[in-house]
Amino acid sequence: MELIDILLSATFWAAVLRIASPLIFATMGELICERAGVLNLGIEGIMVAGAFAGWIAVYAGLPLWAGVGCAFLTGVMFGLIHGTLTVPFGLSQHVVGIGLTLLATSATYFAYRVALPEVSSPPRIEAFQPTGWPILGSQTVLTWAALATVAITAWVLFRTPLGLALRAVGENPAAVEAQGLPVHGLRMGAVAVGSGLMAVGGSFLTLSAFNSFFFDMVNGRGWICIALVVFGAWMPGRALLGALLFAGFDAFQVRLQQTAIGAGLPYQLFLAMPYLLSILALILMSRRAEVPAALMTPYNKGER
Amino acid sequence: MRLEPVEAPTLARRLGYPAAALAATVVVAALLAAVAGGNPAAVLGQIVDGAVGTKFARLETLNRATPLIFTGLAVAVAFRAKLWNIGAEAQLYLGAVATVLIGTQSGLPGPLVIPAMAAGAVIAGAAMLLGPTLLKTKLGVDEVVTTLLLNFVVLLFVGYLLEGPMKDPMGMGWPKSPSLPKEARLPRIVEGLRLHWGFGLALICALGVWLVQAKTTLGFEMRAVGLNARAARFAGMPVNAVLAKTALISGGLAALAGFSEVAGLKGNLTADISPGFGYTGIVVAMLALLNPLGVVVSALFVAGIFVGADSMSRSAGVPSYIADILLATALLFMVLALMLSRFRVVRG
Repeated sequence: MELIDILLSATFWAAVLRIASPLIFATMGELICERAGVLNLGIEGIMVAGAFAGWIAVYAGLPLWAGVGCAFLTGVMFGLIHGTLTVPFGLSQHVVGIGLTLLATSATYFAYRVALPEVSSPPRIEAFQPTGWPILGSQTVLTWAALATVAITAWVLFRTPLGLALRAVGENPAAVEAQGLPVHGLRMGAVAVGSGLMAVGGSFLTLSAFNSFFFDMVNGRGWICIALVVFGAWMPGRALLGALLFAGFDAFQVRLQQTAIGAGLPYQLFLAMPYLLSILALILMSRRAEVPAALMTPYNKGER
Repeated sequence: MRLEPVEAPTLARRLGYPAAALAATVVVAALLAAVAGGNPAAVLGQIVDGAVGTKFARLETLNRATPLIFTGLAVAVAFRAKLWNIGAEAQLYLGAVATVLIGTQSGLPGPLVIPAMAAGAVIAGAAMLLGPTLLKTKLGVDEVVTTLLLNFVVLLFVGYLLEGPMKDPMGMGWPKSPSLPKEARLPRIVEGLRLHWGFGLALICALGVWLVQAKTTLGFEMRAVGLNARAARFAGMPVNAVLAKTALISGGLAALAGFSEVAGLKGNLTADISPGFGYTGIVVAMLALLNPLGVVVSALFVAGIFVGADSMSRSAGVPSYIADILLATALLFMVLALMLSRFRVVRG
C-alpha cells in the first residue's frame, strides 16, 4: 500500500526532522517570550531577518557557526526593540509585534537589494552538510542543536531559579516584584533570547535546509510557530511533539501529492494544509490550554 | 522606570510627540538613503516629487490610496473594538473573487450589476471574518493567528481558482480571470482622468463609518467593548453580538478594497492584485489613531510614500523597500509617541 510505504521510508523521517528543525527553534523562542508574559508577533519578520543575516554572513566569508551567531544577534537586536516598546513602555503587543514583522521583513529586503544590487538569482553558499553519524546521519548538526534547544529550554524553565522567575513573571509579575526581582529585566531578557532563537530558526532555512536566500522563504512559518506554542500548552516537550507531528503531516502531504490519490487534487490544497492544520490545532486545544496568566498584560509598578 | 498618567496633557504635549515621531521617521529615511549610496536630500525630494509633483503622480497617489482607505477603515473599525483583524488581505481577495464571479457570470442588466458585485464582495468579506470572530467568542481561539493563517489559505485558494475554474480561456495561459464586461466597470469620476468611482465610494464609507461610530448605539458599544469587554458585559452589553457585528462591518470594508481594485482599476483578477494592502491597512489605521476620517488622510500619506518611493527608486536607484521600512518605523514611533503624550516616564 502506497501510504504505508511512505511512512516506512527513511527519507520520510529524514524530511520530518528537516522540516521540523526551524519550527523547533522558533517555537522555543516564542514559548520563552510568552512564558515571560510577552506575545511576540515579530516572529515572522525576525525569522526573515535571521535567514538573511546568517546567509549574508557566510556569503561574506565567515564560517557557518559564525553565520548562526550573526542570525542570533540580529534576532536579539529586534527582540530588544520589541522588548523596549512592550515591556517598560507597555505598548500593545499586537501592534508592536505586527509593526516589527513589517520592519524586519522590509529592512531585510532593503538590505538584500543594497548588498546585491545586480544579481538576478541569489548566490549559493556552502551550507551545513549531513553529519553521516550512525543516528540521524542524514541530518545536519543544526537539527541536533534544535533538539538540544528544547532540552535546555525545558531544563532552564523548570529546573533553575531563573526559570522559576521567568515563569512567575508571566503569571504574577507583582509577586516577582515583591521578591525584589526585576520584572522588566526578566521580560526583556526573555524577549531578547527568544527572538534570537527565532532568528536562528530562520537561519536554518538558508544555512541547512537550502543554501541560498529567497524572498518569501519563511512563508508563514512564524505564525505557525505561534499556533504550535498554543498547541504545546506552553510546555517545551509538548511543543516539540507538536512541531514533529506538524512536520510529519507536511512531509506526508508532499509525498501524497506524487501518488495516484494526490495527483487528482489541486496542489494548492496540499500547500494550504499546514495553515489549516495549525488552525485546527488551535481549535482543538482552545478549551484545554493553560495560558500564562499575565500574557499580554504590561506591568507598571504601583498599578493594580 | 515607571509610567505615570499625565492629568490633562497640554496641546504642546499632545502634538509635540507625534510630530517628533514623524521627524524621527524622516531622519530614518535620510539614513537609509545614505546607506544605499544616495544623496539623502535628493532622495527625499524625489519621493515627494514622485508622489505629488505632477498631475499624473497625484492621480496615481489617489488611485493607490483607494484600497488603503478601505483596508484602513476595516482595521480601524475592528481594532477600536479590540478585534484584532489581521486578515484584511484575505477579505480583500475574497471580495475580488465575488466581484469577478458576479460581474462575469450573473448576466444582470447594466445598472444592477455594479451594486450586486459590491454586495457580493461585502458578503464574502464579512463571512470571511465572521468565522475567526465566532471561534474567538465561542471557543476562545485567538483571532490574530487564525486571521493571519487564513491569509495564506485564501491566497492559495485564489491561485487555484485562477489556474482552474476561474481561468480566462483567452488568457494565453496566464493565471488570470476573464475581464469584466464594460457595464460592470466602475466609471471614472472625471472623463479622461485615470481616477475611478472606487475612490468616491471609499470617501463615502469613511464618512459612513464615522457616523456609525459617533452617532449610533452600535458605535458606542463597539468602543465600550474595546475599552473594557468585561465592564461592557457587566453593563449588560451583548459583547459577543457587538464583536460579530464589528466583524461583519470590518470584513465587508476590506472586501470593498478588492471590489474597487477589480471593478475600478484592473478589470480582472490576478493573484498579485494586492501588494499587501491588507497589512498596510494596519499602518494606515494606526497612523490615523483609528479615526475613520483620519484614515483618509493617512491613506493618502501612505499611498504618497509608496508612489513616491517607486518613482524615486527608478531614478535614484535606492530600493523601493525604503517605503515599507518608513511605514513600519512611522507606526512604531507613532504608538510610542501617543503613549508618551499621555504618560510621563518616572524613575524608580
